[in-house]
Amino acid sequence: MDYVLGLGDDALVAAQRLAQWCARAPELEEDVALANIALDQLGAARLLLTYAGELEGAGRDEDALAYLRGDREYRNCLLVELPEPDFAVTMAKLLFLSAYQKLRYEWLAAAGDERLSAVADKARKESAYHLDHASLWTVRLGDGTPESHRRMQDAVDRLWPYTHELFEGDHAALRPQWLSLVTAVLDEATLTRPADGGWAPGGGRQGLHTEHLSYLLAELQVLHRAHPGARW
Amino acid sequence: MSDSPLWEVFVRPRRGLAHTHVGSLHAPDAELALRNARDLYTRRQEGVSIWVVPAASIVASSPDEKDAFFDPAADKVYRHPTFYEVPEGAGHI
Repeated sequence: MDYVLGLGDDALVAAQRLAQWCARAPELEEDVALANIALDQLGAARLLLTYAGELEGAGRDEDALAYLRGDREYRNCLLVELPEPDFAVTMAKLLFLSAYQKLRYEWLAAAGDERLSAVADKARKESAYHLDHASLWTVRLGDGTPESHRRMQDAVDRLWPYTHELFEGDHAALRPQWLSLVTAVLDEATLTRPADGGWAPGGGRQGLHTEHLSYLLAELQVLHRAHPGARW
Repeated sequence: MSDSPLWEVFVRPRRGLAHTHVGSLHAPDAELALRNARDLYTRRQEGVSIWVVPAASIVASSPDEKDAFFDPAADKVYRHPTFYEVPEGAGHI
């Protein structure tokens, strides 16, 4: 269950962060694209959280899991909860996340669990599109003006340490594939791939989060907390 | 507002025969124009075909010349290809 919850929480928190761009994106078309990706993530989160609730068997549905857990009970990776002060940060995060999600969903689509593979089969097509979108922007910004190059490199450097957590434990085998996806984009964007072996924060899968998650959840959950059990 | 150039978008629906003009959008280049068109106009239905064209590449007939362009043909039936038998099996003519 923790495994499915982790995937669902990744998608839910990513959706919340992307939704914060609504009406703030650099251009109108990008605003729509980011909302589109957020909706895809939310759709995947709903399916995964519903399934996680069924696996748990304690009667918690998607809403109970989304709105009534504190940050210590969330199992998302740290990468998705980080704030996005700059468009380049959003694109670097989306690049790292969607490459990871695509590999995970592809793997799950072929794996044994029938229910999970149906969800993954749907989600992997969306992830491929998200990866494509993030790749285009990473190349445009990285290989754009000196200012956009600086910001894109800065975003990549800042987020890189958080990508190690994605491949903890069972998923270590996916990292080489992930590296080849991401490195190809960074190369085309004339960006430098940060060296491995440095700081590698983790703990999200165990419920040990950065200080950003509880603020995000406070905003996400306020209405449900104020009116518990309300229907909408 | 956006500084990106304007693109015209044509979409052929999944069961459609021809691309139809559906609208326009701003995008910095053709690749992003395609992707924006997909989000804005097709909701990513599979099996549709999208064309994007820089608006600057389109030459339009002028409304002032409407009469000279379009009027003379309408009342001369011999100008219309209605006197041929369409062979059987010929598709969309």
